Amino acid sequence: MNWNTLFFVILPYVALFIAIIVTIYRGIYRPFSISSLSSQLLERRRLFWGSIPFHWGIIIILTGHLVALLVPRSIVLWNAHPLRLYLLELTGVGLGLWALIGLLVLSWRRMTVDRIRVISTPMDFVVLALLLISVVTGLITATYYRWGSYWFTGIFTPYIWGILTFRPDAAPLAPLPFTIKLHVFNFYLLTLAFAFSRLVHIITWPVGYLIRPWQIVIANRGLPVLNEEEASQ
Amino acid sequence: MNVRAHMSMLFHLDKCIGCHTCSIACKNLWTDRKGAEYMWWNNVETRPGAGYPTQWEDQEHFHGGWVYDGNGDGKPGKLRLRLQSRAGGLAKLFFNPDLPSLEDYYEPFTFRYGDLFNAPEGDDQPTAIPISQVTGRPLDIESGPNWDDDLGGSPLYAASDPNRRNLSPEVQEALSEVERVVFNYLPRICNHCLNPACVAACPSGAIYKRVEDGIVLVNENKCRGWRMCVAACPYKKVFYNWSTGKSEKCILCFPRMETGQAPACAHSCVGRIRYMGVLLYDADRIEAAAAVPDDRLLDAYMDTILDPFDPEVIAGARANGIDDGWIAAAQKSPVYKFAKVWKIALPLHLEYRTMAMMFYIPPLSPVMSTLENALTRLDINTEVEDFELLERLDAARLPVQYLANLFSVGDEQVIRRILRKMYAVRLYMRRKTVEGVMDDATLALLAGAGCTPEEAEAIYQLTTLPHVNDRFVLPPYHREMAVETWKDPLAHKGEVGIGYIQPPKRGD
Ligand code: SF4
Ligand code: SF4
Repeated sequence: MNWNTLFFVILPYVALFIAIIVTIYRGIYRPFSISSLSSQLLERRRLFWGSIPFHWGIIIILTGHLVALLVPRSIVLWNAHPLRLYLLELTGVGLGLWALIGLLVLSWRRMTVDRIRVISTPMDFVVLALLLISVVTGLITATYYRWGSYWFTGIFTPYIWGILTFRPDAAPLAPLPFTIKLHVFNFYLLTLAFAFSRLVHIITWPVGYLIRPWQIVIANRGLPVLNEEEASQ
Repeated sequence: MNVRAHMSMLFHLDKCIGCHTCSIACKNLWTDRKGAEYMWWNNVETRPGAGYPTQWEDQEHFHGGWVYDGNGDGKPGKLRLRLQSRAGGLAKLFFNPDLPSLEDYYEPFTFRYGDLFNAPEGDDQPTAIPISQVTGRPLDIESGPNWDDDLGGSPLYAASDPNRRNLSPEVQEALSEVERVVFNYLPRICNHCLNPACVAACPSGAIYKRVEDGIVLVNENKCRGWRMCVAACPYKKVFYNWSTGKSEKCILCFPRMETGQAPACAHSCVGRIRYMGVLLYDADRIEAAAAVPDDRLLDAYMDTILDPFDPEVIAGARANGIDDGWIAAAQKSPVYKFAKVWKIALPLHLEYRTMAMMFYIPPLSPVMSTLENALTRLDINTEVEDFELLERLDAARLPVQYLANLFSVGDEQVIRRILRKMYAVRLYMRRKTVEGVMDDATLALLAGAGCTPEEAEAIYQLTTLPHVNDRFVLPPYHREMAVETWKDPLAHKGEVGIGYIQPPKRGD
């Protein structure tokens, strides 16, 4: 077994396995611990400049990764024209920078604001560090190894599908530059940290709010659970 | 008709002495924890005043409650949350501009008492310096709980009261005049609304209203700390615990009520201003009642509360599984009597359209105390003084419009009617007990205020001489039956106590 297999075949399975099992355990047996852990009450100005760029930037970039994974053809077709390739890459870099600025503001806030420091756990700093590595290596990749969107679909899409379908093949990753490998490796570290940190709040994103009735009424006995619309919309 | 029961509290504001015992009882019982130091589920504000959190009534700023867009043009309108649309709520998860910050409440503090003992020997007395309960660092205290306590005429605090907005400049000025300074106390808890904005705003669906008694609760296992409820509650009665990352609110002491005790604030109330009772309401009418123009809002709201003696209502209640003990409690409910039978109690800020279920009897004392002085100065015939007083509510020191802004969606007539009635009861009882003779003029006055002698006696009785069982008419909760729905009660009995306790811990 070489490093390549350890980092890009074994680690992903271990990380995913732990993330899934622990998240389920936490969701069922320690639901109280799952929270976005907002600290807006304590400090709001810096949060505004940090949280909004970071969250939106990272969400859009992740969606981009996901599109490349699910419908690689769309990216390939889009990139058929060099101008559009440029556009995509530039947008990616822009969003990455935006997220990076947010992340830096958030880190600075966490380290310098008294009120925020006292509620920070060591894990909060671990998460911040991992995210910083992730965004920085992503940005380096986008600037120094351009056309990332091109070869992502060529190398990573088959690789990740291989992992997900239990036919892992990390060989194509071996010759990639160090930064890109670090980016991937770091992603698995984030996956490992997922269930043990505030990152779990990602999967509690409350889409149900779009359709649930405005009012929720619950009976402890006699009547069944009632979900009803009491105020109109 | 969909009959449900509600536990409601009533505050007789004339009797509140502003001692804050209620707040302390609540604090000791529920919010004396890390992250909750700044929370006052029960607080008592001085009015006119800024309130807690500062200027919470300024919905232009905080965007709490519901808005109804059918005011004016006669067409039926729609209700919507002032805070957010559904998609808008999700978009604001990362930063919610309407969330109050700690400065809107105050930074909780304590004192470093250890310094008193450990200070090195010196020429001066050691002092215990104030430190923040958040950071533990020394802190310049700039505000605190009840910072504007009793500052009725203060140009800083009282002048910033959002309810003064529509008062004329002269009246506003008079409110800050040294010799006319006036204030009264306003104790506040969560209103356990029929159309709660906190429930509607919660993206996780973690907040809910209990069917059996209407208590609105946060399920902290489902709460994800999105804190929309904090912003959406127009009364600012949901709080965010910065230590656990969960929202918390007044639970109307349900563990106490389930064991037959009144909520701690009511139980400890020194002025005995608080009453607890069951109200039966029609859940099917809530939506329609919340969506009417301002001028019909109070009537529509009062109509959702049902007559517990009406056979149809009783049948409806039974059909919905409300047991006879609750129906009997509803019939004896002091809240029902004050609010529906005698019609002298009102909800706070109904215009927020959350359909608040706690009731207030507007204060008569600050109104009348000035009147008497003013009239004495005006040399009015003392023989008829009492009667004249009644006609001159305009001269009241606490403006009627101000009370109307608090309790009757701005409608002065409602407040006048209530004050007249309360004053008529006072005059009637004075004639009867002090002078011992009843004259026709007094009886006519009483009738003019829409009150009969029997009613006056009953109001007097429940206001001044109630037994503790008259103030708190608590229904039997039958918790022993609650468990039956999902478990064999004997099995449950055998199992409770087994397991381990998970201390609330900030997610790591
Ligand atoms: S007063 Fe209570 S029930 Fe009403 S909206 Fe606020 S928190 Fe919810
Ligand atoms: S304990 Fe009663 S009298 Fe004292 S402040 Fe509270 S409500 Fe008023």
